Amino acid sequence: MATEAQALTGDWGGGVHPYRVGHRKLGMWLFIMSDSLTFSALLMGYAYLRASNIWPTPFKFYPSIVFSSMMTLVLLSSSLTMVMAVSASAHRKRSKARMWIIATAVLGATFIVLHAIEWKHLIDEGLTPFKLPAEWAEHWPGASPLFGATFFGITGMHMFHVFTGCIYLLIVAARVNKLKHEDVEISGLYWHFVDLVWMFVFPMIYLLSVYSK
Amino acid sequence: MSAHSEAEEHFAGSNRLFMSVWFWLLLLTGLEVFLGYIQLPVVYMLVILMGASIIKAALIVAYFMHLRFERLNLILTIVPALVICICLLLVFFPDSFRSKHLRYQGPPPAVEKD
Repeated sequence: MATEAQALTGDWGGGVHPYRVGHRKLGMWLFIMSDSLTFSALLMGYAYLRASNIWPTPFKFYPSIVFSSMMTLVLLSSSLTMVMAVSASAHRKRSKARMWIIATAVLGATFIVLHAIEWKHLIDEGLTPFKLPAEWAEHWPGASPLFGATFFGITGMHMFHVFTGCIYLLIVAARVNKLKHEDVEISGLYWHFVDLVWMFVFPMIYLLSVYSK
Repeated sequence: MSAHSEAEEHFAGSNRLFMSVWFWLLLLTGLEVFLGYIQLPVVYMLVILMGASIIKAALIVAYFMHLRFERLNLILTIVPALVICICLLLVFFPDSFRSKHLRYQGPPPAVEKD
């Protein structure tokens, strides 16, 4: 009987803790699964519209590509600082962990500012969610006006995630002495997920719509 | 378990490893931006860009999100289900190609009569 139970736990690996993670961490993983399906659906919807329409390719090297590349750099670096925060927290260096978390949130805020400037450029050109700028409509006759809807929808949804992530990180930074290590790690999971989504948004939205004469 | 966790948490991966992952992510991003500027057919572009993005996503999930160091049970619960669900979304694409041809293309060209 005992050997049977042992065999079972050996196979199962953890008895009552099959994943050897806390329930909060498992919850965050499940949230990330559902959120990645949300973003997948948005990007698939975008790809669907793009494949079934004439689609403008308006992003000039400056400002759009320069800004979006800088944003990618900032977001990737913020992921690195977050890893450093989790590593410091694992080694019980709480004030160091707090410093790294705040650095991550600052980089996240930088991302939002850069993205807002990039939006401003396009809005000034006359792009709205349901209308193309007159110049674009002339350059790409018959182009779908849904370009703006997909662009603002997807990048806006992502920016909202970055924004909530910044708030989440600041709360974690403020409470880092009270929280367990795993809680810091969970906030890291969320932050890396936001970074991961941008790794798909950036090529699909920006790099496939580079302006060429 | 609890006595152990009071001391130092188990944390796999060194700072050097994370720096090199970060470096590779930057390199792949640079490659993607470069690809945007050489004139390739859109299908090749799409395949290469998505390939690079999937590699980047895998690096982030495996090292930054630490999934590589988790128990296999957790990996098998998360990854295959997600991949299958995302692939199922591709089922809409034949319709997207079809609807392009349903669009009104303007009046047919006038046929000349002798």
